[in-house]
Amino acid sequence: MAKRIFHDSIIKAILIVATLAVVGIFVTACGQGEQQTADQATQAKALAPIKLAVVGPHSGDLASYGIPTIKAAELVVERRNALNGVNGRKIELLVQDDVCKPEVATNTATKVVGDGAHIVLGHICSGATKAALGIYKDSKLVAMSPSATNPGLTQSGDYPNFFRTIASDDAQARLQVDFALNSLKVSNIVVLHDKGDYGKGLAEFAKSFLEKESGAKVALYEGITPGAVDYSAVVQKIKNSGADAVIFGGYHPEASKIVTQMRKKAMKIPFISDDGVKDETFIKVAGKYAEGVYATGPQDTSKNPLNIEALEAHRKKYNEDPGAFFPNAYAACLALINAIEKSGSTEYDNIVKALQNEWVATPLGIIKFDNRGDAIGVGFSMYQVRNGVYVEVN
Amino acid sequence: MEYFLELFLGGLTRGSIYALIALGYTMVYGIIQLINFAHGEIYMIGAFTALIVSGVLSMMGWPTLAILVIAAFVAVVYSAAYGYTVEKIAYKPLRQAPRLSALISAIGMSLFLQNYVLLAQTSDFLPYPGLIPDFQWLKPWEHVVRSTEVVIYLTTTTVMVLLTILIKFTKIGKAMRATAQDRAMAMLVGVDVNRVISMTFIVGSATAAIGGVLIASHIGQINFYIGFIAGIKAFVAAVLGGIGSIPGAVLGSLVLGWTESFFTGYISSDYEDVFAFIFLVLILIFRPAGILGRSESQKV
Repeated sequence: MAKRIFHDSIIKAILIVATLAVVGIFVTACGQGEQQTADQATQAKALAPIKLAVVGPHSGDLASYGIPTIKAAELVVERRNALNGVNGRKIELLVQDDVCKPEVATNTATKVVGDGAHIVLGHICSGATKAALGIYKDSKLVAMSPSATNPGLTQSGDYPNFFRTIASDDAQARLQVDFALNSLKVSNIVVLHDKGDYGKGLAEFAKSFLEKESGAKVALYEGITPGAVDYSAVVQKIKNSGADAVIFGGYHPEASKIVTQMRKKAMKIPFISDDGVKDETFIKVAGKYAEGVYATGPQDTSKNPLNIEALEAHRKKYNEDPGAFFPNAYAACLALINAIEKSGSTEYDNIVKALQNEWVATPLGIIKFDNRGDAIGVGFSMYQVRNGVYVEVN
Repeated sequence: MEYFLELFLGGLTRGSIYALIALGYTMVYGIIQLINFAHGEIYMIGAFTALIVSGVLSMMGWPTLAILVIAAFVAVVYSAAYGYTVEKIAYKPLRQAPRLSALISAIGMSLFLQNYVLLAQTSDFLPYPGLIPDFQWLKPWEHVVRSTEVVIYLTTTTVMVLLTILIKFTKIGKAMRATAQDRAMAMLVGVDVNRVISMTFIVGSATAAIGGVLIASHIGQINFYIGFIAGIKAFVAAVLGGIGSIPGAVLGSLVLGWTESFFTGYISSDYEDVFAFIFLVLILIFRPAGILGRSESQKV
């Protein structure tokens, strides 16, 4: 009997909670509706809000990559709406979750299109972005990702509606090759890698870029064994190839061994590497032999006033660390809003034209987009070891 | 021709590096048929000890040569103590157990020592000072061979000769050979087998420590993991030369060093290890006991 009463009371409690919840939804919905009608009433000439879709993983194990983007968008939009919106139109956020999965992303994209979004901030993961882009393309929607780095997204030319505020995976290799050919004026280059995903990936890009350049030559393309006791044979081979420079894809332990052995054998040719080598440990271990080594690394934005301001605003509102891709998302949001403002419309062609032609100041620096959709002015810089520290080379 | 010579010398350096570690492997195997996987870690500990000692001494402003000698001496003593202790803790209680048990114990010891250094020191790579001074008389040939490499060649040769003398002509050497042939019989005729085995570990660990100091000064960096890869390669070299044989370990190491060097130089470094191991397999097919190994008849 006692059991029965217990059961009944649970059922009752559930019913009450459910009823309250339903009522609650109605009340808030009505509240929103009332507020909207009130807003519309106050505006003599009612302008429809601009709908900015924010899409990415907001739940699941990759949520930490997506949530900073929502916060960036909230901060930008809040500030913008306080200043009477864009050309008098308020901005409204449509937040959608794609859990970083391509198969979910297509549904999310369809939902975003159905909700009448004007622009899309997202997606976050390259795979999900690629899956969704076709749908946006057919619906003439511009999408801008703060984080999808797959080179093919822009370079394939399949997605003219896609833009991003992060450098693609091959940007480092591109910078290394351009720097070697144009700044160092060398043309006969050895490309080495450590056979790892990261190092070999970069070296393959560098090799393919060199092969496309007329007048440049890959003197040697080799993988070395990480952790080997020494690299004297490879160093002799570099010397024997008569190359003018070395591009190395990999991490600092191998780089410091190779550089040390090269310098000890009186080989003074430039050594260019990546952000796996742009590390204080490299300088500490290679010591005096590290002098003059070049390495690419992310551009330093810590002194950008807009970046400082954005981080400060985030800290004030959420009182926590911003997390992954926050500056990139902030920049993307600013760029999208700027494009609508400058072009004065939410038409696809006008937005694209504005993105490609109008410079905009962002936490990442002053940027615009090339005709493939990659941001100009975002990405990697070349650094050189001078007097025991990495210094940016211009 | 110069290219060939450079590759030859590069291979010689590499081979000598392997040899300094392989000597310890092969000695221990010769006596108790145990593949001492912790040997690479002893080498790493030797290098770390010398790093610490030389750091302290150079802060006190001692001359380079004195630092090298003292650091190497401390490293040898310390590593020998480690080798002795490892044998007493991890191998001696298992001497009557199946061989596999001792092997597993050796792997465990290797992991333990690696992680001990990782926790006690650091996981980062540390710069290693060039403890070996540059010889003036070598200046004209510096682009071909460096003084560190010359010291490595000389040390390897000296250590090999001394070990051969130790085993062939001294009393303890005779006892070692007796223990290697038949442990029970050696005990019956009054050889103190425990002492012989301890001695073997001490000598093997001391050579590993010398190797650690020289190799780390040659490469210029060190971390807790260097012993593992070097240990595996040295083990392969010891097998190649005929495990249990002192000249075999050196010859196997040199063959392995040259194979890697020439293959990298003339073909490609991508498949350096693949080629080195194919070579190993071929030699073992035609000479199952290794280049200088004597084939043992199974004792029934």
